[in-house]
Amino acid sequence: MSSSSISTSGALVLYVATRKGAWTLTARADRREWAIDGPHFLGHIVHHMVLDPRDGHTLVVAARTGHLGPTVFHSADAGRNWKEASRPPAFRKAAEGEKGLVVNQVFWLTPGHASEPGVWWAGTSPQGLFRSPDGGETWDTVSGFNDHPMRQKWVGLDEGTPDGAKLHSILIDPRDPRHMYIGMSDGGVFESIDQGADWKPLNAGCRADFMPDPYPEYGHDTHCVAMPALDPDLLYQQNHCGLYRMRRAEERWERIGDNMPREIGDIGFPVVVHPREPDTAWTFPMDGTEVWPRVSPEGKPAVYVTRDGGKTFTRLDRGLPRSQAWFTVLRQAMTADARDPVGVYFGTTAGEVWASDDEGDSWTCIARHLPQIYAVEAAELNR
Amino acid sequence: MKVLIATPLRSYTSHQSPVEAEGATLADLLADLDRRYPGIRFRMIDEQDQIRPHMRVFVNGEQVRDLGTSLQPADDVQILQSLSGG
Repeated sequence: MSSSSISTSGALVLYVATRKGAWTLTARADRREWAIDGPHFLGHIVHHMVLDPRDGHTLVVAARTGHLGPTVFHSADAGRNWKEASRPPAFRKAAEGEKGLVVNQVFWLTPGHASEPGVWWAGTSPQGLFRSPDGGETWDTVSGFNDHPMRQKWVGLDEGTPDGAKLHSILIDPRDPRHMYIGMSDGGVFESIDQGADWKPLNAGCRADFMPDPYPEYGHDTHCVAMPALDPDLLYQQNHCGLYRMRRAEERWERIGDNMPREIGDIGFPVVVHPREPDTAWTFPMDGTEVWPRVSPEGKPAVYVTRDGGKTFTRLDRGLPRSQAWFTVLRQAMTADARDPVGVYFGTTAGEVWASDDEGDSWTCIARHLPQIYAVEAAELNR
Repeated sequence: MKVLIATPLRSYTSHQSPVEAEGATLADLLADLDRRYPGIRFRMIDEQDQIRPHMRVFVNGEQVRDLGTSLQPADDVQILQSLSGG
């Protein structure tokens, strides 16, 4: 399988996945100038493009076209050469008379634990979990979730999102590869302590105001979950029904979004945590009133940051348009690098990439006129 | 037999179409295509062995959906796509 090659090394790179292909943005030393390269996989719907932080050169891409089945491409040399998975994620073949599931899209990619080089995890729509033991070449169904006797109840109608409910936010505890979390747009947050062999819901305290019981055990619309690398017992969740965080030992979500300005609200898709400061997280609020426009409130885009674990939030909009800018930022389309100060980035569904090299204090548009942006990932490429 | 390959799938066949493949049934033919051009089958056929939406398979001009359809060596097979959307 060929695509135009990606050739950057020894650099900070943003991997931008869009509805029509993928692009890269490579930073100059000061992160003020960026070189754009692409398209790669032009015409493919690219949901996620992720560089393996364990080696700095394995790149995995979740792709499909509008009319061909979903697949995964992987590269061992950061995108110079590509190979398609010989066995892409697929549900098990149904028994005679049983209705089987069909992967519509591979939506989310997560590199495995540092102790398991080559292992990757994928989330799909319909909501399924898959594992690759070999850098994305072959994928196995995670039967502990996909065939769990409770799966059908957990995922409900499996249709909570316009183009299909998604399993996303696959988080691996850096202290223990057996300890995992997943988020689902039609199901909520789930936890496994045996590397996916069994799961239990983790949604206490989280609202689901579209259900008869607004605080059900499962069935929530989780948009994004983030876990600080230096404090894996802390979770942040951007949910359809607000912004939350959980101290794992408390086993209860606390709606920190109640501390956002009331006129802004706490609805959005992404939440991003600081790589070194667990109490710092960025969110991109969108209008969640009445018919849910899901654009920047009043057409005035802003990132909000908390630096005290959600007690207070600060508006960050310097450099962003002051009016008539109706940004939508999807759950995978906001990210941070690991530099000091941290760079924060987001991509819009209107094809713009915005960057901040000062932890969100000021913003610059570094790419525009791209297709609808699904995901932005920042990574350090090894030479 | 000769098999016409839709343009979105020609990255698998080194941009060749038609290509040669063999099989006593459509399922056999698709398996042979996948042996010759790894990965091509899953883009057309899902994990429940159903032809994906928008894919169209014609045998001697007649559309077929059943992978058990018998084929003869002289049959003309066309794999086409019904493209839509923006």
